[in-house]
Amino acid sequence: MSTAAVTDKRPSTLRGASLPKWSFWAIAAGSIALGLGISAAAGLSSSIQWALIAAVLFVLGTYVIAARVEGRRQAKDRIATALVWVAFLLAVVPLVSLIWTTVSKGVKKLDVYFLTHSMGVVADAQPGGGIYHAIVGSLEQVGLATVIAAPIGVLTAIYLVEYGRGRLAQAVTFFVDVMTGIPSIVAGLFILSLMLIFDMQPFGFAGSLALAILMMPIVVRSTEEMLKLVPNELREASLALGIPKWRTILKVVLPTAIGGITTGIMLAIARIAGETAPILLLVWGNSFINTNPFEGAQQALPLYIYQQYANSSGSTYAYDRAWAASLTLIAFVMILNLAARGIARWKAPKTGR
Amino acid sequence: MDITTKNTEDAPLPPPRPTVAEQKRNARGATRPGDRVFLGLSRGSGILLLVIMAAIAVFLAYRASLAISKDHGNFFTTFEWNTNLVPPVFGIAVLVYGTIVSSVIAMGLAVPVAVAIALFITHYAPRRLGGAISYVIDLLAAVPSIVYGLWGALILVPHMNGLFGWLNDYLGWTGLFSWDEGAPRSMLTVGILLAIMILPIITNVSREVFRQVPQMHEEAALALGATRWEVVRMAVLPFGRSGVISASMLGLGRALGETMAVATVLSPDFDIHLSLLNPGGGTFAQNIASKFGEATQDGRDALIASGLVLFVITLLVNGAARMIIARRKEYSGANA
Repeated sequence: MSTAAVTDKRPSTLRGASLPKWSFWAIAAGSIALGLGISAAAGLSSSIQWALIAAVLFVLGTYVIAARVEGRRQAKDRIATALVWVAFLLAVVPLVSLIWTTVSKGVKKLDVYFLTHSMGVVADAQPGGGIYHAIVGSLEQVGLATVIAAPIGVLTAIYLVEYGRGRLAQAVTFFVDVMTGIPSIVAGLFILSLMLIFDMQPFGFAGSLALAILMMPIVVRSTEEMLKLVPNELREASLALGIPKWRTILKVVLPTAIGGITTGIMLAIARIAGETAPILLLVWGNSFINTNPFEGAQQALPLYIYQQYANSSGSTYAYDRAWAASLTLIAFVMILNLAARGIARWKAPKTGR
Repeated sequence: MDITTKNTEDAPLPPPRPTVAEQKRNARGATRPGDRVFLGLSRGSGILLLVIMAAIAVFLAYRASLAISKDHGNFFTTFEWNTNLVPPVFGIAVLVYGTIVSSVIAMGLAVPVAVAIALFITHYAPRRLGGAISYVIDLLAAVPSIVYGLWGALILVPHMNGLFGWLNDYLGWTGLFSWDEGAPRSMLTVGILLAIMILPIITNVSREVFRQVPQMHEEAALALGATRWEVVRMAVLPFGRSGVISASMLGLGRALGETMAVATVLSPDFDIHLSLLNPGGGTFAQNIASKFGEATQDGRDALIASGLVLFVITLLVNGAARMIIARRKEYSGANA
């Protein structure tokens, strides 16, 4: 009301001076140009360096200009904003580079021949060959691991949510949390120690066991979250009709949460499909097709990538195969992720709030 | 007085109390065979998980004790890993150093950036951009570590030459950053790669914590005239501190146990070097992966012994992280 009288052409004394909106972009463009200029003048080749110089210039420039025009507190605010943006951009660069390189290098080699042939008669330094044996091995090992880990994980989650009281439930919760942090190589060493005791040769199922150990806690955690979302009214309604608790869980609770549980299991599969270390210790790798996971060394996609990189002494053919296999693996993991998220959205439980 | 006593005397007796056994049955609801079977199955699965954890510790310790009893060096101080010698000589000193150094570098780089990205998503970016970015970060958390390793070895390593030369020119006098122009397959490169790898998980967990900051706190700060940075510093960060700490420790757990990315990037040796830029050193997980191929029976037991140490370290780190975050289970990294 009375402010209407104050708001004339003069800048308000209540707000203080402020930089125009375009100043952010102007400072950014200026510092990038300066960074490029300095790098060119000093003959710096690395793109990391000019980016760093530009980033430092941007932060400093923002602070100095804002401190002159707007005052110290505003300048601090601006420098924080600038730092957050810089951190974000710095982090995005390697991640974009990772995806871009994998896709652009992988596409060159990835074709039907590559997907349907093994490395049986192809030496590491030779062209040709493919990943059929690795795909077969990966699918079998991950499939078996899922068959073991998913029921145990879901049942444990049911115990924790529907029955769990007291010491035992607390211990299980805590150790499930701790178990999510076990390095994959330790899970591999555990199975290896069993194999040493029973004097066994490497085979696919041993890898599945290690993968199952890694998968269980992930399934438990996600299933637990989903079961907690099921409204209690549903359970009470079912129990009030005289239905036994186990029937209630099987016919009311699980169907309500099934979308989320499926999502959790799929995300867990995506996680373990990329594990290399346990496969390296327990399944060894094999350039021939071995469809029997219970006998003889097998191949798996992540291990294939590692061996193409490590055993090839710099052969470009092997590197091309490694990139193509990486692209296949990433595509598999991403498709699982996207599908899982799709299911989660489609079957999200109605929480009744 | 009279009337009341009379009334209580005349009142019919209350129905007999249920026996203790009946009460127990009602409380548990496990009278029917189906219920008993189902409860047994689900409780059994929970117990199985505990058994597996215990078995991991027991079997690793058993094989490790076999190896250490044959070790003619000191397991903790020997700078050697010659398990094929007769008698074998090996020690984990170099591995402890390398594992700690690479993880500390990774944490030092990743935590500030991850917190900044989490703040960016929750408090700085336009809402839709923030949503898109957190989606991308979720997907990046799913990229397998071997792909990071391949990318690190073939793309990141060549790009480090410029940075290493620059560090050597200006900071070489410290010793930490001196460089002999060898291939930059060193602890610093490993640290940087690990930082990139653990960035998504730390970001994810911190973001969830920052989202939970009570709107009222922020609005109160804004109403007092705080700038956006002051809101973050006075309302958001204090609220999220324990969450950020445990997110960092989850990231640390990942960095400690990371195998393939280190094995592809590092060119190892069995010595402790002051310089972070020269190749050399090793980590627990990397050592297991690269020495496994040539290891004999004793060699494998020795590797299992080093794995046991790694297991104990990660157990402590993760246990501590969970203790801090105990009351906020929804931030667990398992769903990230």
